[in-house]
Amino acid sequence: MNDRNFREILMGLIPLAAFLLALSIGTLLIAILGINPLVAYRALIKGAFGSLNAIADTVVKATPLLFVGLGICIAFRAGVLNIGGEGQLVVGALSATIFCLNFPNLPGWILAFIALLIGLIFGAIWAGIAGFLKAYFNVNEILSTIMLNYIAAYGMNYLLRGPIMDPLQVQLGSFIPQTARLSQTVDLPRLIPTRLHFGTVIAVVFAILVYILLWRTTIGFRIRMVGQNIQASLASGINVQKYMVLAFILSGALIGLGGAIEVIGVHHRIFTDGSVSGFTGSAGFNGIVAALFGQLHPIGTIPASLLLGALLTGANKMQRVVQIPSALIGALNGLIVLFVVGSEFLRRRQTRIMEKTAEVKDSCKTVHQEEKS
Amino acid sequence: MEAIIMGIIKSAIRLATPYLYASIGETLGQLSGVLNLGVDGVMLMGAFSAFYTVVKTGNLVLGLLVAMLVGGVFGLLIAFINVTLKAEQGISGIGVYIFGLGLSSLLFRVLIGTVQTVNGFAPLHIPWLSKIPILGEIFFQQNILVYGAFLLIPLSWFVINKTPLGLSIRAVGQNPEAADSLGVNIVRIRYLTVIIGGILSGVAGASLSIALLNVFQQNLTNGMGFIAVALVYFGAWRPVSVLTGALLFSTVNAIQIWIQVKGINIPSDFTLMLPYIVTIIVLTAMAKRHVRPPKALNKPFERGE
Amino acid sequence: MKLKKLVIFFVITGIFVLSLGFGVSAEPFRVAFIMPSTVNDFAWSQSMYDALMTIQEEMGEDEFQFVYSESMFVVADAAAAIRDYASEGYNLIIAHGSQYGSSLVEIAPDFPNTSFAWGSTANVFTDQGITNIYAYEPLAEQGGFVNGVLAAMLSKSNIFGVIGPIETGDAKYYTEGFKAGIESVTPDAKINVTWIGSYSDVALASEAAQTHMDAGADVLTGTSQMVVGAIGVVKQRGALWFGYDVDQSALAPQHVVSSVDVVWAVALRPMIEMIKKGEMGGKIFTLNLENGGLRIVVNDEALIGKTIEDIIQGKMMVR
Repeated sequence: MNDRNFREILMGLIPLAAFLLALSIGTLLIAILGINPLVAYRALIKGAFGSLNAIADTVVKATPLLFVGLGICIAFRAGVLNIGGEGQLVVGALSATIFCLNFPNLPGWILAFIALLIGLIFGAIWAGIAGFLKAYFNVNEILSTIMLNYIAAYGMNYLLRGPIMDPLQVQLGSFIPQTARLSQTVDLPRLIPTRLHFGTVIAVVFAILVYILLWRTTIGFRIRMVGQNIQASLASGINVQKYMVLAFILSGALIGLGGAIEVIGVHHRIFTDGSVSGFTGSAGFNGIVAALFGQLHPIGTIPASLLLGALLTGANKMQRVVQIPSALIGALNGLIVLFVVGSEFLRRRQTRIMEKTAEVKDSCKTVHQEEKS
Repeated sequence: MEAIIMGIIKSAIRLATPYLYASIGETLGQLSGVLNLGVDGVMLMGAFSAFYTVVKTGNLVLGLLVAMLVGGVFGLLIAFINVTLKAEQGISGIGVYIFGLGLSSLLFRVLIGTVQTVNGFAPLHIPWLSKIPILGEIFFQQNILVYGAFLLIPLSWFVINKTPLGLSIRAVGQNPEAADSLGVNIVRIRYLTVIIGGILSGVAGASLSIALLNVFQQNLTNGMGFIAVALVYFGAWRPVSVLTGALLFSTVNAIQIWIQVKGINIPSDFTLMLPYIVTIIVLTAMAKRHVRPPKALNKPFERGE
Repeated sequence: MKLKKLVIFFVITGIFVLSLGFGVSAEPFRVAFIMPSTVNDFAWSQSMYDALMTIQEEMGEDEFQFVYSESMFVVADAAAAIRDYASEGYNLIIAHGSQYGSSLVEIAPDFPNTSFAWGSTANVFTDQGITNIYAYEPLAEQGGFVNGVLAAMLSKSNIFGVIGPIETGDAKYYTEGFKAGIESVTPDAKINVTWIGSYSDVALASEAAQTHMDAGADVLTGTSQMVVGAIGVVKQRGALWFGYDVDQSALAPQHVVSSVDVVWAVALRPMIEMIKKGEMGGKIFTLNLENGGLRIVVNDEALIGKTIEDIIQGKMMVR
């Protein structure tokens, strides 16, 4: 194995090392609480991979992370920060659900397909608002997407406690804020007899599509150019505003689709406890983490989402087994993100070393060849 | 009617206080080129530290100082990750948020356990000024941390616009290469602004737990830190405009509570949306096309690039 | 010969009796408790935690054990937890939250020997052929009514403030009961209601309390964990508070007049007995004033403390 390959493998291991370092600090915290860290981490691994159901749970958890991550890939590549994932997930889910509730008599396949399409469209619209405001009114997207998250949440509360509340709830008098369970014909098919559903396949397909979009089409090229250098893009005649809006629309489309899939593949209804995170599982934020762990590359986001999904699923099991406060899990998650993100500089330094080494080697070779001739 | 307007303004001033501290802190950091999305996490750590200190010692000033210390330490951590390790700033901020939220909840659970209240900073009547009819009651009978938040505005305006430090900060954020060639220590300036930002976020948290609410609970801030970051953009990195944004948001929030109290027949979900919708609309209407963020915002500095 | 038979008889009897003895020291009844907030939230989850601790004290740790999973507000995670606990053979799994219903419908049929319970609701899904789900439902409006009557008798301004999370479920019922209770004493009372839009926005709850008092209310009430902010305001500005879920007087002993303590144990005790007998579900347990499931905890210090103080200090002439 030559030097370069060895270094590349080493680089790939850096995030892993950072991850383990964070875990070791977690170990300290766990031990301080009087719990055996080995038992805790064994539970973590078992929770993520220890059985067919566990693996299914991990993948089901990773699926919305992947959708959000893909949306973030496009947005960040265009140089815009889409923090509105939570709202776009909800808007996608709500629109798909409302459609399914109103057309119960269409055949399942068609219903599901149109519902997903509607979720995609409405997610695109919700993000598009932020994109439009940024491109044409210079309204910073961090502000608009955060505000839109809250607006989506309150809108969802209104709908779920009124217009689209499950008629059964009204009848029973318990007024639980949720919709009726969607007709079983709309359910996404299960891949194996667990909670694993077809939505994961759709996610992976879209990952490939996003890769093709970003690196094999003109649109994608322009999106990336806008992200790297606005001045140069303007100079080459690219309509920067149009591509900013487009980036947001595509981003929201993927995330909205993810929300719709969460409804018809996992929950089969929408519910609320006031915040959206009961439904989304904070995928709107965790997906950003996944995208960045995946180096903002759609294919890289697949293993990143899987790893993050495993971490979150396993952590829940760990909490159950050793009965640690759930807050410790949160602190651990945060530490892991910080360590892995912080370790990036090591990778960058390695890349630069490798590049410089390659440069030096090349120039030596040239000199050598010149000497020979 | 007069009582309602007075009530709204008083509510708005109270609601705006934590936003002011956190937003000004974030403004300083962003002016020097560093984006910190983890403000909420630092606020929570500040809130808890202040609360715990007061529970154990009863000393409010000590509680405030501890919150500032903890906020400063977190600021140091954020500066280290973003400036020295040159990490991706948006995501490191989210990491800080998740960590701060988890750690503050964990410490609360382990060290305190049950929900309890403290006797926080009481309203402090400014002598003579507080006797002015109407205005006196609204503006000069608040507690000391509220006064501090509003005094922060002219103070930060002065530092940013009228001092060499402020000039350095802005230069570092606009054109770090030029500043560097002129001998400005980019790293030191960024560390300074981010640590100050952390301290101010800590104070923002303390203003909740030992002054305004006098209680601590898991996730006390409930996302306030993110709104604070959003307000920085509303204010276009200018303290006075940040004040406007914070007051706008808080006033609409205060109004929507009154709308509900008065029983006006609008579903509560829509009134709750109002502050967010109004903020977007106002910012859009202002259409500050010429405003650009600091050029170096969210870009780590590397000499020779 | 006879002796041998006698010995064998006694040995076999002895083994039989001994094995009966091992059978008698039965396995403990194991409960798994899943909640959307934390055990110290001073509201919804804490009250169920208290109930489980009470039952453990009554039955003893050898007979009754429970574990819990907190902050399971992400329903997908809760579903995974429920399934996990069921696979580990827990006798009863309490999914304490109305958002968990659909998860239970999916999981319960796979574990016919496990019992599941959830609330607040009155749905046990018998129409879907499910037989191992129990439901529990506190009649929040009853507790609200009693609080309301007491509130109306104590208020001097006859203006009241209610601070709620979202207008659904128990919060809605408690508020209706509170209003009805007040109106039964003071028909023309002014009752203002604000909905905060979440269960955890302490700052907004606190500001709502301030606004209620600015609008003239001298008695406030509310539900959910964020009302601690409102109680803080009540304490600072001097009003009266009526609580729900747990006894909230510890937070402000001179201001919290009464709390509706929801005694979940009243539902759990019969539920556990039924499960032990092999009946896995199908019943709805109502908690009300009659069966002790709702208990009004009155705090004398706030109720009449000031009056007593005034008499002692001679501020009030009794004779």
